Amino acid sequence: MDLLNYAFMQRALLAAVLVGITAPAVGIYLVQRRQALMGDGIGHVAMTGVGLGFLLSTSPVWMATLVSVLGAVLMELIRWYGRTRGDIALAMLFYGGMAGGVMFINLAPGGSNANLTSYLFGSLSTVSQSDVVAICLLAAFVVLVTLGLRRQLFAVSQDEEFARVTGLPVRALNLLTAVTAAVTVTVAMRVVGLLLVSALMVVPVAAAQQLSRSFAATFAIAVAIGVSVTIGGTITSYYQDVPPGATIVLLTIAAFIVLTALATPLARRRARALAASRPAGDPAECVIPASRGAGDEVGV
Amino acid sequence: MGEPVISMRQVTAELGSRPVLRGIDLTVHRGEVVALLGANGSGKSTAVRSVIGQVPVSGGTIELFGTPRRSFRDWARVGYVPQRTTAAGGVPATVTEIVSAGRLSRTRFGVFRRADHAAVRRALDLVGMADRAKDSVNALSGGQHQRVLIARALAAEPELLIMDEPMAGVDLASQEVLAATLREQVAQGATVLLVLHELGPLEPLIDRAVVLRDGCVLHDGPPPKAVGQHALPGHDHVHPHDATGADPIRTGLLS
Repeated sequence: MDLLNYAFMQRALLAAVLVGITAPAVGIYLVQRRQALMGDGIGHVAMTGVGLGFLLSTSPVWMATLVSVLGAVLMELIRWYGRTRGDIALAMLFYGGMAGGVMFINLAPGGSNANLTSYLFGSLSTVSQSDVVAICLLAAFVVLVTLGLRRQLFAVSQDEEFARVTGLPVRALNLLTAVTAAVTVTVAMRVVGLLLVSALMVVPVAAAQQLSRSFAATFAIAVAIGVSVTIGGTITSYYQDVPPGATIVLLTIAAFIVLTALATPLARRRARALAASRPAGDPAECVIPASRGAGDEVGV
Repeated sequence: MGEPVISMRQVTAELGSRPVLRGIDLTVHRGEVVALLGANGSGKSTAVRSVIGQVPVSGGTIELFGTPRRSFRDWARVGYVPQRTTAAGGVPATVTEIVSAGRLSRTRFGVFRRADHAAVRRALDLVGMADRAKDSVNALSGGQHQRVLIARALAAEPELLIMDEPMAGVDLASQEVLAATLREQVAQGATVLLVLHELGPLEPLIDRAVVLRDGCVLHDGPPPKAVGQHALPGHDHVHPHDATGADPIRTGLLS
């Protein structure tokens, strides 16, 4: 493993592992509430942050975090208040964010769209020491929220109305989910890039679902897939000189296809086992009772 | 008669600009089982959802356990079964995981103690789903989904149960289980407010029926008795206290 001798590869692998953990950990709640593409939207908004970072000569990572958190909060507010045309408002936010990024980076002294490319598609080898510190801090926050509040986030994402009636602070939890998703986007930005980050939030969860029956197992398998593909993609990109972000995303999709193929016989076996455990109560074939019962009465 | 658990006075509510509740008075006392009946669009769902704060109210007062609803915080005393055809979300979840969500109101910061796990198991036992505890909800029938949703409401061991159409899309076997579960809760002193389309197998349990029509209370008293052909399952009941001269709603095949 000569690749571990290089400091830039050590940083790249550390960042990759953290992304592999955090992206599916947040993504599972987004998939559960059927907002799988929210990460994509936040990624677009984060571009304005990157552009502003260049323009103001501050850290693009922290500026992207700030802007995408604001964007995520705005999206959540639109979801509360502007129900009627929420999709239009979100579209404006997404494309406004992207246009803002392109505009700011071109206004920055010496800036061009070339600077933006490493943020759009990821650039593992240029992850700096200060980037790693930022990524570690942000990842710690994401893990703390997604694991520490898993029961609350599960309840809110499963059935928002019921969660409100149990007295959970649903608005605060929704905002926290949005902020955590925004933070995850900026954690993943240097590794897979803003345009591909949503894939790492959604596809490992979709792949894990092929095997799992419980939320807890889906969570664990999704994170395991996430870590495997980010490490695998990073190592592949080192030896084969291919872009890491694209490699990671393609590996994730490959994992999804393989698991789906494996899951079909597994589901069949489970169905057989279930049928075998209930021979008397649930016959698989039609059984016509000898006499009429109350259930046969048809109202007129 | 016990103290009032739910008390609505002259409650009005609009959806958009359309009035849905036009001054509802409804009191449910401790230990009572009250059925809210009425045709589609009569406002019965809106009425219960206003009680639990899910519909903004434009006028009148609502009290829960003697506290104005706006300042009511003791939600563990209320078990709510929303109108759903499924308990599933976008990610697989087991029966236990779904039911555990109902226990959160009794925990501090969502940390489960032994008593909380025991309460979840008890709730599953009550609806006869203990043997399916580890199964994915995706593998359940419509009636079993409803049993899971009811177990979720029972997990907090509430004093007041509010159920929105618990019998919708439920097979006969599950209907019997649900009726037995409710009977047990009532025997232990629970107060129940149910939205129902028809009385069905729950009829013997119901102390009082409140019939809504166009957002007004039309009848508040003993449950209407269905007789003869009207008692057949699937028959759309037309209440005898209907406004005089109004045409009965005829939806049955031969009526």
